[in-house]
Amino acid sequence: MSDKKIRVVIAKPGLDGHDRGAKVIARALRDAGMEIIYTGLRQTPEQIVTTAIQEDADAVGISVLSGAHQFYFKRVIDLLKEKNASDILVFGGGVIPEDDIPGLLDMGAGAIFGPGTPTSTAIEWLEKAVPART
Amino acid sequence: MSTLAERATGGDVRAMARLISMAEDRADGVDALMRELYPHTGRAWTIGVTGSPGAGKSTLTDKLIEHFRSEGSTVGVLAVDPSSPYTGGAILADRLRMQRHTDDAGVFMRSLGARGSLGGLSRGTREGVLILDACGYDVVIIETVGVGQSEIDVMRVADTVCVVLVPGLGDDIQAMKAGIMEIGDLFVVNKADRSGADRVVNEVRGVLEFLKGREWVPTVLQTVAENGEGVPELVRLLRLHREHSLKSEAGRERELARLRSKIEDIMLERLSDRVEKLWTVRREELLEAVRERKLDPYAVAEELLSKA
Ligand SMILES: Nc1nc2c(ncn2[C@@H]2O[C@H](COP(=O)(O)OP(=O)(O)OP(=O)(O)O)[C@@H](O)[C@H]2O)c(=O)[nH]1
Ligand SMILES: [Mg+2]
Repeated sequence: MSDKKIRVVIAKPGLDGHDRGAKVIARALRDAGMEIIYTGLRQTPEQIVTTAIQEDADAVGISVLSGAHQFYFKRVIDLLKEKNASDILVFGGGVIPEDDIPGLLDMGAGAIFGPGTPTSTAIEWLEKAVPART
Repeated sequence: MSTLAERATGGDVRAMARLISMAEDRADGVDALMRELYPHTGRAWTIGVTGSPGAGKSTLTDKLIEHFRSEGSTVGVLAVDPSSPYTGGAILADRLRMQRHTDDAGVFMRSLGARGSLGGLSRGTREGVLILDACGYDVVIIETVGVGQSEIDVMRVADTVCVVLVPGLGDDIQAMKAGIMEIGDLFVVNKADRSGADRVVNEVRGVLEFLKGREWVPTVLQTVAENGEGVPELVRLLRLHREHSLKSEAGRERELARLRSKIEDIMLERLSDRVEKLWTVRREELLEAVRERKLDPYAVAEELLSKA
């Protein structure tokens, strides 16, 4: 009798700023019944990927404020591939310019939620995308 | 051996992590995997770190990891946080304080939600210990919040239990008299940089007086987890307990009690699955009949069980 739960690592890489946005999404996902592994500030892409693997996460949510999103997403997605873990979904939020979103999706990000996106959008996406992944 | 168990015992972190999830989720086939792993268990030293919320358990665990790693031991950590009783969701944040070990391949850390285990240790925790043991970790540390059943349960998985107290929680000692005293092999008064630590130590000593004459009498010590003060002494005392239980009758009895509850847990889980199944087909109909007083709950239970 299986009782599977969606597990999501929420990471806020980089040296800049605060993790308010990351905490808001963490709480919203928890309230939707998910298990959130919260890693706090200043994680390197290597640490984020190791955490996702040890935690057997279904998805990694990356919150970026610094404008260095291209770098972080690429590095996390590449490392997941390298470690044979590209079935772990990557999504993101924070301050990401509209114009950059297609590039991130091409890179392999599953979804990018720009500023002002209601948390329910992320919840709905995870509830669909997690069971559907291979 | 199946490839997943083989990969995990061969050091594949993804496979280990997956096995723990399967145990947590009670996925199909996980019992067979556990059977494959079991012969590889029995080597690890399991340490339970329990205590009230915010007592400094994770910070202390971080320092214990550092200490064991400096001695060359590999370390697995299972850090349990409460789940919401309403949604089943959880924010697992213990890792935050141990993050610096993430890049160390000799450390495996896993966060677990308590899930619906009624305050007791979740299935993921109980099986996670065996999985990490089978995968060769020398030391397995379990961090649990000491509420209700979980602190009693931690005795059933840990070889050595360390109860973490802090100054300024007067009720702690009262609660201890009511039972925590029986759980700890060692008592730590953390945040000893704050005033009142000596008083807590004295109070604990007072309660421990009652245990005089036992084979193992727990000791109390002070730590400042934040800067590592007292940690070497803590490790020395933990190890003393470990050595004691490896050669004493009490240690053997504890192991037998643990195996007994393990086997009973497995049986209860299977029985409870069976109860669930017995009743799924006709549940609505039977409930309605009882509601209308055409049947009574006793007769229904009797009838369902007679078909089991
Ligand atoms: N002053 C002082 N603060 C400490 C000490 N050890 C831990 N703390 C602080 O206490 C707070 C809680 O520490 P944690 O290690 O997260 O405590 P915990 O018991 O794991 O907490 P939960 O898992 O949430 O129950 C943090 O802000 C720590 O920095 C200490 O020895 N002295
Ligand atoms: Mg903690």
